[in-house]
Amino acid sequence: MPAPDLVANVVVSGILTGLVYGLMALGLSVIFGVVRVVNFAHGEMMVIAMYAATVLFAALKLDPFLAMVPVAAAFFIFGYALQTALINPFITRPEHSQFMLLVAVAIILVNAMLMIFGPDARSVQVDYQLDSYQLGPILVDKARLLAAIAAVVAAAALFAFFRFTLTGKAIRACADNHLGARVVGLNVKHLYALTFGLGAACVAIAGCAMVLLVDVTPPLGPAYTLLAFVIVIVGGLGSMGGALLGGVLIGVSEALAGLFIAPSAKSMFSFGLLILVLLLRPQGLLGRRA
Amino acid sequence: MSLLDVRSVSKSFRGLRAVHDVSFAVPEGEIHAVIGPNGAGKTTTFNMIAGVYAPDQGAITFAGRPIHGLRADEICAAGIGRTFQIVKPFAGLSVLDNVMVGAFLRERHARAARALAASIVERLGLGAKRDLPAASLTLPERKRLEVARALATRPKLLLLDEVMAGLRPTECDQMVGVFRELNRTDGTTILLIEHVMRAVMALAQHIVVLHHGEVIARGAPQEVVRNPAVLECYLGEETEV
Amino acid sequence: MSRSSVALAVLAMVLALFPFFAGNYALSVATLILYFAYTGQAWNVMMGFAGQLSLGHALYVGVGAYAAGALFFYYGIGPWAGLWLAMALCVAFGLVIGFLAFRFGISGVYFALLTIAFAEFTRIGFDHLAFTGGPGGMFLRVAQRDTWDLANFRGPPLMYYYAMLALTAAAFAFCTWLLRSKAGYYWQAIREDEEAARALGINAFRWKLLAVAISAAMTAISGVFFAFYYNNLFPEQIFNISRSIEIILGPVIGGVGTLFGPVLGAAVLTLLSDGITEALAAFGLDIPGIKQVFYGVVLLGVVMFLPNGIWPAIARRLRL
Repeated sequence: MPAPDLVANVVVSGILTGLVYGLMALGLSVIFGVVRVVNFAHGEMMVIAMYAATVLFAALKLDPFLAMVPVAAAFFIFGYALQTALINPFITRPEHSQFMLLVAVAIILVNAMLMIFGPDARSVQVDYQLDSYQLGPILVDKARLLAAIAAVVAAAALFAFFRFTLTGKAIRACADNHLGARVVGLNVKHLYALTFGLGAACVAIAGCAMVLLVDVTPPLGPAYTLLAFVIVIVGGLGSMGGALLGGVLIGVSEALAGLFIAPSAKSMFSFGLLILVLLLRPQGLLGRRA
Repeated sequence: MSLLDVRSVSKSFRGLRAVHDVSFAVPEGEIHAVIGPNGAGKTTTFNMIAGVYAPDQGAITFAGRPIHGLRADEICAAGIGRTFQIVKPFAGLSVLDNVMVGAFLRERHARAARALAASIVERLGLGAKRDLPAASLTLPERKRLEVARALATRPKLLLLDEVMAGLRPTECDQMVGVFRELNRTDGTTILLIEHVMRAVMALAQHIVVLHHGEVIARGAPQEVVRNPAVLECYLGEETEV
Repeated sequence: MSRSSVALAVLAMVLALFPFFAGNYALSVATLILYFAYTGQAWNVMMGFAGQLSLGHALYVGVGAYAAGALFFYYGIGPWAGLWLAMALCVAFGLVIGFLAFRFGISGVYFALLTIAFAEFTRIGFDHLAFTGGPGGMFLRVAQRDTWDLANFRGPPLMYYYAMLALTAAAFAFCTWLLRSKAGYYWQAIREDEEAARALGINAFRWKLLAVAISAAMTAISGVFFAFYYNNLFPEQIFNISRSIEIILGPVIGGVGTLFGPVLGAAVLTLLSDGITEALAAFGLDIPGIKQVFYGVVLLGVVMFLPNGIWPAIARRLRL
């Protein structure tokens, strides 16, 4: 039985990592909740962001937190373009057709990463990588804390955007009632593309944060896609708070599973949770019934 | 004894009373209609008979057997065929294949099912289009396909959910002809939920009128259309006859 | 109809006589094509016929492979007996997934995610299962490869080719029969409009479960073949989601729901991808991942421009 100190440390670490997961999942929730597209390439996008951060760091010594700005901007544009060019024409097609489209994109992205960067792990080593703060018995990594803060700030900004800006409200209108939105003259295609862009930007920020915590390899792509789905489904589709809550829950349970069972069994727990939630409460913890 | 017996059924949705204490009976071999303004509870009553959901209270018996609460497929197996208000053809299948799906309920082998389906397709005037995809049919043809499909399950009772909706008067008359013939030749009992009075007056031997979830009138068509309560609910209070 | 029969007969003859003109390498590629053609058909029963999207089919390949493999490894029991355990286990897994999903009304994308979750769960589970060798894998001993030993399914590449050919042909015949039977009609009805199907007396729950069970049982046989062909099994590899995606590529590209689609799709995909690898090798390039990028691009193209797959377009042209 591990010491309570150790458990507490693991839990805190899980919460912080979970917040970054939450931001990634938030991007997916926004995309799925509004555009109703199952972004099967979500994890791959995350991995690209992580690689981008490593490249910027290697080339320009750019701190990942600063890299967030250009990477997020680039991802926004990429997301917007992807939606406009590839996905918008697919909105009327059957569900599994859209799904296949993004499966194809995911396959291309993850293997392109493999081709460009090779299978070996890459990472970012900043000066403060090994710094930590001591709060009582808890030892908090500085990098992890900053990553979590960045995630929360980004999530709050997104939330404010949707709550308080006119465009944000327009997007929510589209999500609630596609036809009605068009009837009142909203340019739905543009708003969808905007939403995808925002979702992609979330992933970009999450990726830049995550690269400080985890080394990046191409297979992480599909793993993160699944993780994002688990979080979104557990937390509740369409609920921004749910995505963050789900992220924290998964982060903590993964950390604890790693401690009590075995490190490699971490994701087993997540999948088990996904199965349970899909069966018993498909709207998730904070979601509304579709 | 009636073929279909609806006894004091009630249904509420989240506190909203859709149907309250509705009773009526349909004797075998007759054509009955349920009419009423929008929101009267016709569709809810229909759905309870068709097995979409169960009544909160009351009972529905068919050929002496209670069927309330049974699943939709069990209801069909018991001998009740139904059509949908917004037609639901199997778009990717041919007309004949659509009807074969229905035929397989009573015929185990493809050859017999095909034969049954083919005869019904001919009977409903869809013979010329039997190998075309269902998606290529016009609306009246799709409605006939829907009836054909339900007929292939050899129902004792046919439930028609606003089947005349969207049809022009001549098309409506054609459908009326189809049902009259079915009733006369096969003795198929028919229960219509209907808005289009033209069809109701032409077909129904007995009408039940619903309003706000309750039965407000029942009787032969001529009596019902002159009933002041019925006129009031359709046209408002200030109507004079 | 007779045009198709003639074409089919010609194809069958070509495939039967193929080994006499092909070297061992071509034979192994052909065997691989047939493997994917067969597995694609098995998956097609669930998706193309009954409309249930499974993205975790590698689960059945893996369970089937490990079941038969373990029986051989520990008890020396040959694949013909191991086959039955493999099928039984896979059907059990399939029924559990199907029962849970359909009872709780899970469909579409959520169902696909559920199948992925089960496959991943099993993958990690097998990683920790000492009985089957854990992550280190299980290795089946190969005594010889020269003479045909059908009992233990050991022999030259020729034997595996004909075995897979027979399996693919049998599956094709089976699926054709299925599609024209009551089951086929009922599944298509459920796929097109489940509510309308129920109104025609179809117990959708039971029929969907049947599709899952048949698909799982057929895929189990793929697993058994896999075990005795490759002779080494690793959870990371055999349950991997990439395997599941490989399985669906053939049918999706060839034409979901058609009979010949999975076969054609498997052929096109394997031949083209092999062609690319060969071409690159000729230039002295060996880039990991390029084959999969190619798969992705082909899939993207088909999904965007030929949503019904390649086969329906070709069949129309050839008037088959």
